[in-house]
Amino acid sequence: MASIWRYILAGLGLAALLVGIVAAVYLTLPQSAPGPDTSRAKKTANGLFVAGFEPERGVIRQGELQSWLLTLKTAAGAPVEGAAITVSGGMPQHDHGLPTSPQATDYLGDGRYRIDGIKFTMSGWWQLRFAISAAAGSDSVDFNIVL
Amino acid sequence: MRRLASVASLLVLAALALLGGCGEPQFSDAEKKTIASLALNALPSLKADTTNQYADVPAAAALGSTLFFDAGMSRDGTVSCSTCHKIDRQFQDDLPQAVGVGHTNRRTMPLAGVARNPWLFWDGRRDSLWAQALTPLENPLEQAGNRAAFAHYIKKRFGERYERIFGPLPDLSTVPANASPLGSEAEKAAWSAMPAGQQDDVNRVYANIGKAIAAFERSIEPQQTRFDRFAIDLATGAKPQGDGAFSPEEVLGLKLFIGKANCVTCHNGPRFTDNSFHNTGVPPVDGLPLDRGRVDAVAQVQADPFNCLGKFRDGDESACRELRFMVKDGPQIVRAYKTPSLRGAADRAPYMHAGQFATLDEVAAHYSKAPLAVEGVSEVHPLDLSDRERAALVAFLKTLSD
Repeated sequence: MASIWRYILAGLGLAALLVGIVAAVYLTLPQSAPGPDTSRAKKTANGLFVAGFEPERGVIRQGELQSWLLTLKTAAGAPVEGAAITVSGGMPQHDHGLPTSPQATDYLGDGRYRIDGIKFTMSGWWQLRFAISAAAGSDSVDFNIVL
Repeated sequence: MRRLASVASLLVLAALALLGGCGEPQFSDAEKKTIASLALNALPSLKADTTNQYADVPAAAALGSTLFFDAGMSRDGTVSCSTCHKIDRQFQDDLPQAVGVGHTNRRTMPLAGVARNPWLFWDGRRDSLWAQALTPLENPLEQAGNRAAFAHYIKKRFGERYERIFGPLPDLSTVPANASPLGSEAEKAAWSAMPAGQQDDVNRVYANIGKAIAAFERSIEPQQTRFDRFAIDLATGAKPQGDGAFSPEEVLGLKLFIGKANCVTCHNGPRFTDNSFHNTGVPPVDGLPLDRGRVDAVAQVQADPFNCLGKFRDGDESACRELRFMVKDGPQIVRAYKTPSLRGAADRAPYMHAGQFATLDEVAAHYSKAPLAVEGVSEVHPLDLSDRERAALVAFLKTLSD
């Protein structure tokens, strides 16, 4: 009788150990995030330009007006100058637009344009769309930002 | 064998201790992060207002405080800022719509943290605290005065105090007793007849009245609540003490607030507001004039001579980015109203921009049901909260008042 009790205890102990190992493996597995593409550099929709988009001061702060830099190069890598840029966007999952109207305010040289007036008022998935018109033609690009 | 068994039983005991002793953690790491972002200790110090060079001048705040409580700052000497912004009532009046000289169409907003608002009024029709303070002074339903009369009044009652702060008063000897571009027909005519330089002089005195009142209002800040004590303990891992401990109902309410009920989507940050405008399907009030919220405020703030881009601003134009980059049109600003702070909300019924809901239970029921908007599109979607969940949300909101 005593020995059966021992086996049961041993079994329970081993089961607990197994649960622990499985949990540890599960927690350390790389998370497969099914979120949107959040790359900060990409080709525009029709491949006319290569666009980069970064916060001007490096960090994103929720609830504050910020400026970002949109860098435009041709497919061959030459900076795109004199581009006309319009900005739109919103939160795809909330079905609403941007809380501000960001604009391209300055050309900083080397294909870099300051996009000022960006404000992310809540956490979640934001999308910014740039319609770009330059000597090479017109194209657009979407950037996703997840806060 | 005996050895294996004892190791195994130790493991079982350890597993049981983990499950039973510590219990299920109350909040996930993500929830803890959100809770910390709502606590008052996450509130940054108040930024300088470069558009008002007197914002942090004590003498200006002192004069502003005098003016705030002075019923002489109205047409008939009966209404002051403090008539509706009552000092012992969180600077609001508990009425569905404010009553000054007449009956207005909007709920008085409380003032805690008001200097942090990029937009003032429910619809954001003013873009600075000092420009806001001028608006009720001339609204025929609020203080019902006119700027020429205010300039004369300041000179007569507070001339010396004014001049010590703002410099010499202009010569007002030929300024009509009553004149304003926004007043009665007679006042408008009197204003039009004034030379441009004299209009500027009066406008300058008027702007300074707003700047003094704003300097006073900057001192009105939110106070620590039970929620903040709870949040600090949660962040530091200390066991909540005394009233900092939450009941299971309050914990559930907090979890809903930052989770399933999506309240924190707009009511975020330590002031529980995103400082933005949303249509949440709040119904209009029968008998009040048509009210379309933010969409009609855009033209008003653009036309305001005291806005950030106008000539009465101190400092440079870099302070005007909110105005410069505001959304000017589009369906999302139709019947959109500012997200109010929820700090102290449980003690100041009724709710919404025209006092539509008498209790927080009604507010929770509205968001749970999410009716369609009468105009524009409501951003909220039905939550179908149970009675218990709605009560828990209300219980949590009360922790922002205690």
